[in-house]
Amino acid sequence: MFTSFGRYILLLRLSFRKPEKFSVYWGEVMREMVSIGIGSLGIISIISVFIGAATTIQIAFQLASPLIPRSIAGSIGRDTTILEFSPTISSLVLAGRVGSSIASQIGTMRVTEQIDALEIMGVNAPGYLIAPKIIGGVTMVPLLVIVSIFLGIGGGYLACFTSSDVSTSDYIAGLRDGFDPLTVQVALVKSVVFGFIITSICAYQGFYTTGGALEVGQSATRGVVYSCVMILFADLVITRLML
Amino acid sequence: MIETKDIYKSFGDNEVLKGITADFKPGKNNLIIGGSGSGKTTLLKCIVGLHAPTKGDVIFDGENFTDMDFEQRVPIRKQIGMLFQNSALFDSMTVEENIIFPLNLFTTMSKSEKLDRANFCLDRVNLEGKNKLYPSELSGGMKKRVGIARAISMEPKYLFVDEPNSGLDPQTSIVIDELIAELTLEYKITTVMVTHDMNSVMGIGDHIIFLHKGQKWWEGSNKEIAHTDNKELNDFVFASKFMQAAKEKL
Repeated sequence: MFTSFGRYILLLRLSFRKPEKFSVYWGEVMREMVSIGIGSLGIISIISVFIGAATTIQIAFQLASPLIPRSIAGSIGRDTTILEFSPTISSLVLAGRVGSSIASQIGTMRVTEQIDALEIMGVNAPGYLIAPKIIGGVTMVPLLVIVSIFLGIGGGYLACFTSSDVSTSDYIAGLRDGFDPLTVQVALVKSVVFGFIITSICAYQGFYTTGGALEVGQSATRGVVYSCVMILFADLVITRLML
Repeated sequence: MIETKDIYKSFGDNEVLKGITADFKPGKNNLIIGGSGSGKTTLLKCIVGLHAPTKGDVIFDGENFTDMDFEQRVPIRKQIGMLFQNSALFDSMTVEENIIFPLNLFTTMSKSEKLDRANFCLDRVNLEGKNKLYPSELSGGMKKRVGIARAISMEPKYLFVDEPNSGLDPQTSIVIDELIAELTLEYKITTVMVTHDMNSVMGIGDHIIFLHKGQKWWEGSNKEIAHTDNKELNDFVFASKFMQAAKEKL
């Protein structure tokens, strides 16, 4: 485990070495940002709306008491979406979508000698392949999380609109009640860290793939599993430190 | 000139190379031949720096390549072109983008100059007009030729070729061999080729190094190989009935 961690740190150090030509690397960063950001927008939108709606209905169901104001569904739904569902669930989904793609792409390049070809040319392969993905991850995952927060809250509103459990006016009153901007800061810190975890761990798994097609698949699976575990661990640590 | 001095390479307990000392002749086709598992590709990868030798040195024009760090190697790497066994073309890029890729990173050429260079390289390997195709749209022989075009795009001083004929039919193999030989002669490139194809050995082998069990077993030219009394080399070269019959006629 310590050997792997050491190799991971060394690979990260190599990844952020001075680029051979900034303009070429910038192009790669843009390509990765589009791939991670725009490419994941659809799935993130769908899960955010549904999770937001389901969460609001469940909160309303569990807190159905004359002693509790109905607007509480909006407050709890908002904070749960901002603090947990949008950053963590979105990142777990992104680990599957983006992480597996990164690990299998780099892994395939490794087993088909494309990475060797880069090195022979004098290109810093970790810098060219991994750094743009990490930059793309830490910039686009927070943006996706912001979109997810809005859509999750919107999903809650839709759930109120289509059911009689909580009225939309109660829900909006709950959203406005006791909002703490710290929750958004926590969500953004989480999303930056999760973006880094997904891209760097999956890139590491892909970069050190040996063998053939079977091993590329195994690297992608390992990348996703390790990313998910590390996301949940980092989630706990950040929550403990910031709240 | 490229020299290897007492190269050893082990993978765990498996010692693949056992003290290889060899000179690769400048401006010639230098062939590394040997049976499967004899260490040919490992030696090639040690020379180009893809494997770090366990012991020994690789010298490029008097400079010790083995002792250099990544940054120090870059000027030598810019003089190296390599054709991989499976071509190793970047499959997300078109043929043209593959050839232009090193030019983008290491030259200050304008866009039109890079395009001219790509077209020249493609013409040279008889693939004019294939610029916009992706590697997945090419045959095995075409991929090898694009690989050669990419390898020569930076006008290399050294060309390394790993099993250029694997997976190719005999006719295409000869075309690839002749192309490599022509480029070597035309641009005075020092070519180091790993092969176990006897047509290549007899056709373009100016200088041949035969590896056996990780050691240099024999060294000479294609003219000398037919008359050697080295048993292991004879067993390797004349393994087929066709080659045995050819030897009897020599």
